[in-house]
Amino acid sequence: MATAIFNSRRISQATAFTFLGLATAITVLPVLFIIIYTITEGSGAINWEFLTQFPSQAGRAGGILPAIIGTFYLMLGTLLFALPIGVLAGIYLTEYARDNWLTRLINLAIANLAGVPSIVFGLFGLSVFVLAFNFGLSLLAASLTLAAQALAMVITTSREAILAVPREYREGSLAIGVTKWQTVRHIVLPQALPGIITGSVLAISRAAGETAPILVTGAAFVLPRLPQSPFDQFMALPYHLYTVAAHVPNMPREMMWGAALVLLVVVLSFDSLAAAIRIKTRQRR
Amino acid sequence: MSINLNVQSVSAKPVEKCSTKLRTEHVDLYYGSFQALRNVTLDVLSCAITAIIGPSGCGKSSLLRLFNRMNDLIPGARVKGNVELDGTPIYDSRIDVAELRKRVGMVFQKPNPFPMSVFENVAYGPRRHGVKNRAQLEEIVERSLRQAALWEEVKDKLGQSALALSGGQQQRLCIARVLAVEPEVILMDEPCSALDPIATLKIEDLMRGLSQDYTIIIVTHNMQQAARVSDIAAFMMMEPDRAGVLVEYGPTAQIFTNPKDRRTEDYITGRFG
Repeated sequence: MATAIFNSRRISQATAFTFLGLATAITVLPVLFIIIYTITEGSGAINWEFLTQFPSQAGRAGGILPAIIGTFYLMLGTLLFALPIGVLAGIYLTEYARDNWLTRLINLAIANLAGVPSIVFGLFGLSVFVLAFNFGLSLLAASLTLAAQALAMVITTSREAILAVPREYREGSLAIGVTKWQTVRHIVLPQALPGIITGSVLAISRAAGETAPILVTGAAFVLPRLPQSPFDQFMALPYHLYTVAAHVPNMPREMMWGAALVLLVVVLSFDSLAAAIRIKTRQRR
Repeated sequence: MSINLNVQSVSAKPVEKCSTKLRTEHVDLYYGSFQALRNVTLDVLSCAITAIIGPSGCGKSSLLRLFNRMNDLIPGARVKGNVELDGTPIYDSRIDVAELRKRVGMVFQKPNPFPMSVFENVAYGPRRHGVKNRAQLEEIVERSLRQAALWEEVKDKLGQSALALSGGQQQRLCIARVLAVEPEVILMDEPCSALDPIATLKIEDLMRGLSQDYTIIIVTHNMQQAARVSDIAAFMMMEPDRAGVLVEYGPTAQIFTNPKDRRTEDYITGRFG
């Protein structure tokens, strides 16, 4: 009798662990598969010419240089707009805004902003930045659109990083007659900076992989030259991938996966940068 | 509660230096709908160390934080009645709270040095108040650390992180940080409760020394500490609705040996609390 109970408990435990492990494996395997598949299919295409040449024959030959450069410009533009606005809004919402229904509504709106489909951001960018502000189909309009989308994440992570600064530090500063703003500037922000940077880098790397928002705000399939100003159209890796995969017949598989591999490396290297910042600052404490 | 005592009996200092530094008159403090303090009236003398004692939750810290308006940080906090520093009402809307806190500094229960070097911790206040000259900052840092009886221990590691210091050293560093902005009053909220007995004695010695030049108010749970260090004591208690009231206020010696109120006597002798 006692042995039977013992056994049934053992069995239920083993069953539970099996399913938990299985669920984890199901999550991890596709990621591994994607990475390994992209590397095996695409690495053959990676060579100096592929990284430094313009595409020819609608992407079937040549390289993807303008798409790489365009993606970096986009990331830079997104960073330029999303980081300062997001951090400042994060500071305001955590340090200055009173805890009332309006603030809660704003926080709710920001949380929901992250869930808005990216094509909706694209249409927003099209009607506001491209048309209303008359920026045209351009790097500027696309950067602003991506920044609008990244903003939610920058604000959320900034708020979390600022809230994580111990109350004792603020009190210690305020208690010797230092003003609120000086306290934010000299105590809170330096402490919160690693968290803010980590979150922002992740937001930017996510923006780098977006296709829908740039599709309607300025990305071009083939351009004869690199963008010369923020008002020029541009090429970008995700949009290039979308077009060669969906619209170019007889596209060499290797070159398609090669472009995917480059995009993956760009995004993952940014994510690792964020992780490195986090680990480094954790060690310092 | 008006103070009616012979100052000379509680302090070694001459009477003429002694005056009312802080005063509360019929002060009620609310956090939202909860009343934390009820009808507190007392005069704090400039020449003495005043201890605020009483059981947990009776509003000791709330009373202390009234004097530098730290309660302002708590959403929903409201003050009724009058609180004065040198005769000026400090809850007047024209008061610059930062300026007030520069004059009325505060040391907390848990040592809270900033995550920076020892030097930067002490220089932080003066820097924010506009001192830029390096030599002047060095002078302030050394003077403050000497005043806080910490200089000899840290003079060779001013550039090291303050978080590497021991708990007692950290607390003295926090006192030095307050001294560096040259306050008139120092509020101490259970400054030794996180420290071992030896570190506690060092802080108490330090307080005695500082009381020559500063008005000191200390909140403490430790009756022996109140008896050892303070000249004047305020005994507080909670009313049935949990609002804190001032029960008895007078020379420490009298509070401890000959309390007028039965509740004070019960608490001092350990019958409750």
